[in-house]
Parts: sequence; structure tokens; C-alpha cells
Amino acid sequence: MAKLKVEDLEKIREQARKTTSIREGGEFRAKVNVHMGTCGIAAGARNIMKALLKEIEEKGVHDILLTNSGCAGLCSQEPMVTVEVAGQAPVKYVNLTEKKIQKIFEKHVLGGKIVKEYALGIGSEKTDY
Amino acid sequence: MPEKAKEKTYRLHLMVCAGTSCVSNHSNEIKTALVKEIKKHNLENEIMIVPTGCNGFCAKGPILVVQPGNVFYQQLAVKDIPYLVEEHFLKGRLVKKFMYTPPKEKTPIPILNDIPFFNQQVLIALRNRGLIDPEKIDDYIARGGYTALAKVLTSMTPVEVIKEITASGLRGRGGGGFPAGVKWETCRHAGEERGEERYVICNADEGDPGAFMDRSIVESDPHSVIEGMIIGAYAIGAHQGYVYIRKEYPLACEKLNIAIGQARQYGLLGENILESNHSFDIEIHRGAGAFVCGESTALMASLEGKAGVPRAKYIHTVEYGLWNRPSCLNNVETWANVPVIINKGAKWFTSIGTGDVTDNPWGGSKGTKVFSLTGKINNTGLIEVPMGITLREIIYNIGGGIEGGKKFKCVQTGGPSGGFLPERLLDLPVDFDSLTDAGSMMGSGGMIVGDEETCMVDMAKYFISFLQEESCGKCIPCREGLRCMLAILERITKGNGKEGDIEALNDLSKLMIQSSLCALGQSAPNPVLTSIKYFPEEYDRHIFDKKCPAGVCTALYEMDIVPELCPGCMVCARNCPAGAIRGEKQKPHVIDKSKCIKCDVCYSLCKFNAIKKS
Repeated sequence: MAKLKVEDLEKIREQARKTTSIREGGEFRAKVNVHMGTCGIAAGARNIMKALLKEIEEKGVHDILLTNSGCAGLCSQEPMVTVEVAGQAPVKYVNLTEKKIQKIFEKHVLGGKIVKEYALGIGSEKTDY
Repeated sequence: MPEKAKEKTYRLHLMVCAGTSCVSNHSNEIKTALVKEIKKHNLENEIMIVPTGCNGFCAKGPILVVQPGNVFYQQLAVKDIPYLVEEHFLKGRLVKKFMYTPPKEKTPIPILNDIPFFNQQVLIALRNRGLIDPEKIDDYIARGGYTALAKVLTSMTPVEVIKEITASGLRGRGGGGFPAGVKWETCRHAGEERGEERYVICNADEGDPGAFMDRSIVESDPHSVIEGMIIGAYAIGAHQGYVYIRKEYPLACEKLNIAIGQARQYGLLGENILESNHSFDIEIHRGAGAFVCGESTALMASLEGKAGVPRAKYIHTVEYGLWNRPSCLNNVETWANVPVIINKGAKWFTSIGTGDVTDNPWGGSKGTKVFSLTGKINNTGLIEVPMGITLREIIYNIGGGIEGGKKFKCVQTGGPSGGFLPERLLDLPVDFDSLTDAGSMMGSGGMIVGDEETCMVDMAKYFISFLQEESCGKCIPCREGLRCMLAILERITKGNGKEGDIEALNDLSKLMIQSSLCALGQSAPNPVLTSIKYFPEEYDRHIFDKKCPAGVCTALYEMDIVPELCPGCMVCARNCPAGAIRGEKQKPHVIDKSKCIKCDVCYSLCKFNAIKKS
């Protein structure tokens, strides 16, 4: 490997932080919580999670906290996701598909605009984080 | 620099502690089990496993911290992993039974930062602990690593670097407390004056029993030490550095080797670092584990391939050190502090700690100190605290108090040649000068706590015996003085102490302090002197009453069963290896003192506190 210049050091830092910044509990612009109870998983929550990870990777955004939690209690409308953009009220989305979550990610998580047609309502049960 | 592949995103990072303590508690097997379970649930593209250096809370190992969220899981076993992976990592439900619950409380604390052991620490030398994989230089760079080096090479002259370090009041963390900036300046000056090559050396020959600060820093963040050394070398004008590390630290050696290799690949070690005129490289020298080789002149002799014995120090090593050239020796923790001081500035560093170092680098103790907290304490582990914190805060708030709710008796600071401090000095601020004034010392940062069952004479004997074995034997006061001391202490603990023993110990101590060649002999009497000073009644009881009040010296106590407390459960009688306990079921038992070997088996097994030492 060629020797580093001062600028290279900064480039490596920026690149590596994309992976590691999640460890430091810094500022996140949004939190996306996938409900992964047994009901959620049976209804396809795993695919929703994978689709979200793919979105984050492809868009190269690293200030989004992707987490999971247990069943939210509304098992008939799984898979469900709660999106909480910093400074705004959390919004629950129900009956999700990979297509729907892509749209939600672009419009709400990145754009800050609630996708009303998929939303259940505003508010969230208490989560662990 | 070639372009790298796009970084993969993981939603969870599992920070598995892979420090020596957790590895000995099977953390590698935990890691293997995690890999297996994660694969079983097809989570390998969502979850990343990161082996980290020592987390610090060694008492609770093996430890796993889950990020994001900083969820702290402790004392995991391989059999717990399938449940943990399914519950938390797949279904998102935190598992309370693997969390930490403080002694005497019932509610577990899920988040690391909320645990008292962690939330009162201030991390400078250990800034990256548990957050990076020590085998990945990019992890270190991501946390701001090597930015201090870039700053120094692009915008500071060597003299400015030395000025900054001097102004920070950074004093040697190996125990001597010598101001690092003053050392660097003298070394640079000596080299320039004589036009000679000079060296920087890192002392990683941590030999104190019960101390593991330097090992943990090297294991968890080797690049912080390397970066500190490169900066030091630039300031002093050195092109070659050595790390003297003991062979008993295989994991630390391995991590350091990997780190040096990576730094060379990136050109951070070698010719023209970051396109500057500064060239520098580091070589590892493995010590054979002699305690005395932690002493600067002995260490340098050993580095040269000679026998590791000290020499008189009226000629300083900064002027005539390794191969008679100016050599700057600092310990692991001191080097690890350097990049942070450069980045955040001397002014920031001096805001932490005690005293005033504006005009006098000896005027105070600035920054933090890493301690290994061991002995009869609940939270054994590695801690970093601001200078000036009291012993009480360390022992009770961070350390969680004495094991088993017993009574505190003493704390031993400064390693084998440090001293014992009693309860009345618990509010003493922990800094270089306060500890020395009390007859102990900061040392490299060992802190051993003793409870009511600790015998002070026995403890003093233990340390003197250690030092006597480790004395190199070059000078007579140390070699013979320690032997005489040990003989007297052994006599006292066997019940043959006599009038005049204390005076003899005091005289010997004085002689050794005044006439020993190196710090080993000069400070060796500390355990004896402080135990006599702060616990005179214990010596008197041993010498005149032939009793050991703590019940440690086997010749000086007897085991007895209190008949009123003994329900006759037979547990002691069944387990006595000497067959010394007799008695019928549900009737008080009796110990036959002529057969009793004082192994303490009955004492530790009795649930009714019926066995007493008298």
C-alpha cells in the first residue's frame, strides 16, 4: 500500500466512520424501529429489516439508527415499523411490504414527510432505547 | 491510496471483550457461539461481531456490549448465547438476566453508562476501550487516531510540541511522576549538543503483582501508544524507538506487532511519515520478566543485551542512556496520553487534576490515572479516574465497596514497593504528592484493597518476599537488607517475634532507603514502614501476645466451634481433611486442636458462623 498523505488520513477516517459511528451513540437524524415479535417475523419483518439495511447502504447515510423491538400488540397488521425523525413525534406504519418501506425510507426517514397512506397513527409504546 | 470497497452497514455491533481476563473466562468460545447462532438465524449480514480490548469491568467477565444502545451483558456462558441471540438480536427484547445488578439492589441496569463502575470514570488513556477492534488501524483512525500526529507534523515545531507537553503538566505514569516535557527537552538538548542519535523507549515491563494497566492499554489500543511515541520522537529528534514488553504478555505482544505492521503499511512508521521530513520506526524487545527491568537503567542494559541490572543514576539516561546515547523512556500510559494532549491542548489537560503547573511542572498532578483495582473489593477491574479523586470514592463508588459486606482495613497503592493506607486516610486525594507524603506512592497504578481478614504483617511479608526474589543482588543494602527483613517478618508470623524486632525493621529500612543503588531497594521498605506506622497494634499482638487478630498467620490462632451457634449439621465434620472435628448429629461439634491443620475449610463452609478463629 502506498504511503499515506495527510489528506488520505482524513479520507480513511470518513470511510471508517461510516461503519463505526453507530458505536458512539452520537446524533441520529432518525430512528427506525422494526417490530420483530414472532408475529412480525412470521408476517415478513425480516425482509423489511433487510430492505432497510439495503437502503441505508445504497444511499450511504450513516446517521440513521436502525433497531428492532418486540411485538407492538397489533399482530394483525404486521409487519410494522415505527419511524421517529429527530424532534418529531414517532409514526407507526403497518402492513408493510418491501416496496412500501422503500417509499417510507425515502419520503419520511430522509425527507421528513410522513407517508400518510401507510401510517397507522402518531405515537409509540415505550421502547428500550 | 487505493479505493476501498463500499463499507457494509450492520444494524448491530456486538463488542465482545477479548482482553486477557475475559479470554481466560472463555470469551473466545462466546464469540464462536455468537458466530454460529447468528448464522443459524441468517443474521450475518445484519450483525457485526467486534473483538475489543479490555472493557475494564473484569470482575463481571466475559462481557458483551451491544451497540448502538450501549447495552451491557455480563458473565455470559456459551449456553446463554442461543437465547440471547434469539431474544435480543433477532426479536429486539433485551435480556434482563444477563444484565448487571448492583450489590444489595434488585433492578438490573441495562445501559453501560448508568452503571456506577463506569459513570464516574474519565477516559483519556483508555479513550477507545471497548469501542474499537485493536487489530484494525482504521477503527483507531475513525476515532480521531493519528490526527494529533498530522497536526504535529504539519503545524508544530519540535520545540512547540515539547512546550505543549510541559505546559500540560503530564507526569510519568510509570510511577516516578517525572514531568514528561522536562524529560523530552533534556533529551533533545543532550542529543543536539553532542550531535548524536537519540532514542525513545516505551516501558511496558509491568511487573507489579496485581497490576495490569499497561497490558490492557497495549491490548485494547496499541496505536495510541505508537502515535504517542512517533510524536515524542519528532519532538526529541529520534529516529528509532523501542518497546520493552514482558514476554508474559503474549496477547499484548501480538496486538502490538499487528499494529506496528499496519502503521508501517500506511507509512505512519518508516521514512518521511505523512510526507514530512520525520522518519521513525519501532522495534519490540521482549523482556524475560524480571521486576527490576522496569527500572530505567536496568531496562536499557537489558535492551543492550546485557544482564538487566541498574546502575547509579547520577548520570541521567536522558543524557547517557541506551548505548550511551540520549534516551527518553516513558511508560505505556504516558505515551497513550500524548496524542490527546496535542489534539485538545495543554489548557484542557490542566483543567483536570490537582495543583498548579503553570510555573513548576512538579506543582501538581494533572489529567487522569489508570488503576487496576483488585483485592477484597466487589468491582475488580481496570479504571481511569481524574487525579485528585479520593480513595473513598474509588473504593466505594466505583469499586462498589468491600466484598461480602466486610469491614475495610487497608488499601495498598503503588505496587510491591508502595505502602498501605488505613481507613482514616480514605479521604486522601489520589495524586503523586499526597500519596508520597502519606508514605505510599502512586506507582504504576496497582491498588489492592484489604478487609478485616487481611493480616498486615502477612501482607508486608508477601511484598518483601516478592521484592527479595526480584532484587538483582548488585548492591548489598537491597540484597541483604531484604533478606534480613524477610527473616524477621517470617519469625514474627510464626510466633517467634521478640522485643526489638520493630526497631530492627525500622533501622534496616532507613539504611536501605539511604544506600540502595536504585528505586527498587530505596522504596522496598515502604510496605514494612507503612504497616508499622498505621497498624502498630497488629505487630504488637503478633510479637507480644502471639496472636494474629485477622486469623491469617496459622501459628497464631486456633479454630473453635461456638456451641450455642452450632446446630450439629455435620457439614464441617464430613469435610475436614484432617478428621479433626467430632460430634453427633444435631449436637454441637468439637475441634480436636492437636489434629487441626488450620486449612479454613470448616470456616468457609459453616453457614451458621459457628466457627471462630481466636
